[in-house]
Amino acid sequence: MDVLANLWLGLETAVSATNLLYCFIGVFLGAAIGVLPGLGPTATIAILLPITFGLPPVAALIMLAGIYYGAQYGGSTTAILVNLPGESASVVTALDGYQMARQGKAGTALATAAIGSFFAGTVATLLLALFAPPLADLALQFGPAEYFSLMVLGLVASIVLARGSLLHALSMIVLGLLLGLIGTDVNSGTVRYTFDLPELADGISFVIVAMGVFGLGEIVANLEEESTRSVMIKSVTGLLPTRDDWKRIIKPILRGTTLGSVLGILPGGGAMLASFASYAVEKRASKNPGEFGKGAVEGVAGPESANNAGAQTSFIPMLTLGIPSNPVMALMIGALVIQGIQPGPAVMTEQPMLFWGVIVSMWIGNFFLLVLNLPLIGLWVRMISVPYHFLYPAILVFCAIGVFSVNNATFDVYLMALFGALGYLFRKLDCEPAPMLLGFILGPMMEEYLRRALLFSRGDPTVLVTSPVSATLLLLALALLVLVIAPAVRKTREEAFQEES
Amino acid sequence: MAFGLAAVLIGRDYSFGTGVRMGPGYFPVVLGGLLTLLGVVAIGRSFLKEGAGVGAIAWKPLLLVVGGTVLFGGLLRGAGLPVALLALILVSAAASRQFRFEWRAALALIALIMFCAVVFEMALGVPLPLVGAWLGA
Repeated sequence: MDVLANLWLGLETAVSATNLLYCFIGVFLGAAIGVLPGLGPTATIAILLPITFGLPPVAALIMLAGIYYGAQYGGSTTAILVNLPGESASVVTALDGYQMARQGKAGTALATAAIGSFFAGTVATLLLALFAPPLADLALQFGPAEYFSLMVLGLVASIVLARGSLLHALSMIVLGLLLGLIGTDVNSGTVRYTFDLPELADGISFVIVAMGVFGLGEIVANLEEESTRSVMIKSVTGLLPTRDDWKRIIKPILRGTTLGSVLGILPGGGAMLASFASYAVEKRASKNPGEFGKGAVEGVAGPESANNAGAQTSFIPMLTLGIPSNPVMALMIGALVIQGIQPGPAVMTEQPMLFWGVIVSMWIGNFFLLVLNLPLIGLWVRMISVPYHFLYPAILVFCAIGVFSVNNATFDVYLMALFGALGYLFRKLDCEPAPMLLGFILGPMMEEYLRRALLFSRGDPTVLVTSPVSATLLLLALALLVLVIAPAVRKTREEAFQEES
Repeated sequence: MAFGLAAVLIGRDYSFGTGVRMGPGYFPVVLGGLLTLLGVVAIGRSFLKEGAGVGAIAWKPLLLVVGGTVLFGGLLRGAGLPVALLALILVSAAASRQFRFEWRAALALIALIMFCAVVFEMALGVPLPLVGAWLGA
C-alpha cells in the first residue's frame, strides 16, 4: 500500500516536535485572528506570511496551512456568537448559528461546527492522499502548452466566482497579470515597467500586494462602515450536543463533506461556494425547511462541514499542479516560491516530506482545533469585544513591520501604502481584488510557459490548439466564459450572491 | 462613473504595453491590448447603461491610513522604530470616529510599541533601527 507508506512518512514528519509546535502555533494564531471580524483567512495569511520566511519550508507550509483552516474555523465562531461572519465562507453559518445562540444554544452550535469541521477535515485529508498522486503523475506529462492552457482555465474559473461585474473581474485578472510582469525579464534581462526605479527591478513581492490590498484596503473599507459591536453571550454552556442533536447533524455533515470535497477541487472553487451550496441542499433536504433561518442545527452542520472540506481539498490543485484555486492558495504558492520550491507536480516526488507532512499535519491541525476551540471560547469572546479602533492600528503596525522585514526596504512600505489605496479604490469601483492576486502570481509563470511552448513549436501559436489536452482545457475555459455570460446562469449567480449581501 | 474611472486606470496601462521591445514585450503587448479592449467595452457600457456610481469615497480614513503608513516608512530610518510606530499609530488611529485620547489607549499604545521592539528586534532579529540616524545613533 503506497498510500499507507506515504501517510506514514507524513506522520513521521508531522509529529516531529518542531512541526507539531508550528502546526499548533499556526492553528492558534489563525483561529485567534480569524475570530476578529473583518479579517478573513486571506488577510490573516498575508499579515502573518513574513513570520514564516525564516522557517524551514516544511514548518512554514504546515504553519500557513494551520493558519488557513484555523482562520476558517475562527470565522464561524464569530458568526455564531455575534452574527458577524469573520470571512465570507461563514456567512451562511451566521444565519442559523446566531439564531441558535440567541436561543441559548450557542454551545451546541459551536460544538456542531467543530465536530462537523473535524469530520470533514478527516475525510478531505484522506481524499487528498488518495487523489493527489495520480493527478500529479498525469500533470508530469504536461508540456508547457498544456500548462499554459491549464492556467488560463484556472483564471477563467476564478471569474465565475468573483462578485460583481464579469467585465471587472476579467479586467482585474489582466491587470494582475501585468503587475506580475514588473521587473527584470528572466530571459532577456530587459527591465520592464519599472519607471527607472531600481527598487522595482526585482519585481513586486506578492507580500506587498496582498498586504496592501487585503490588509490596508480592508481597514479603510471597515473604517468607513464603523459600527459598534456587542457581544450578547457572556458565557457559553451546554457544549455537548444531545442525542437528538446527533441524529439531526449526522446526515448534513456527511452531505456537506461530500459537496465540499468536490467543489474544493474545482479551480475557482473552495470554501465559500461549498458552504453556500450545502446550505441550499440542506434546506431542500430538510423535513421542516421553515426552521431554517430560525436556528436549525442542520443549517450549521452542513455548511460548516462543507467549507472545511472545501478548504482542504483546494490544496489538491495547488500541491499537485501548482495552480491556485483561490487567493489563499495563491499566497501559498508565493510562499513556496520564496522558500525556493518550484510549485508543480514535481513537489510530490522531490519533496515527499513536505508534501505528505503538510497533508498529515492538516489532520492533526483539525484535531487541535477541536480540542482547542471549545475550552478557549471564553478567550475568543473577550477578543471579539476588543473595539475595532484599538485593533486596526495594531494590524497596521504588523503589516508595516512585516513588509519592511521582507527586504529591509522602506520602499516596500511605500509600495504597500500605494496598494492599500488601490485596494480601497477597487472595492469602491466594485472590482473584486481576488482575481487580481491570482493573476499576479500566475503572470510570470504563464509567460514562461507560453514562451517555452512557442519555442518548442518554433513560434507557431497553433501548438496551443493542436495538442489535444491543451485544446480541451482551452475549450473548457471558453465554455465556462460562455456559460457565465449566458443569461440563465447569470441570473442564478446574481441570486446566489444576493443571499450573501 | 465607475466604469470611466476603471478605464482611466486601464488605459494608462496600454501605453506601457506597446512601449517595450518585441522579444520580452510580446506577452505584455498582448495583455495590454486585452486590457485596453476590456476598458473600451467598459466605457461603452457605461454610456449605454445608467451605472450606480462610485459612491462617496471615505477620504479621511483613506488618507490617514495610507498617510500613516507612508510616514512610518519615512521615519523608520531617520528617527527609529519607536518614533515611526508612534506616528503610524496616532495618525491612523485618528481615522476612527471613536478616536479620543484616553489613558487606556495611551497605555495600550506604549505596550504595543514595546512589544514590537522586543519581539521583532530581539526575538526575530529583524534589523530595525531602534534609534534613528537623525537622533545621533
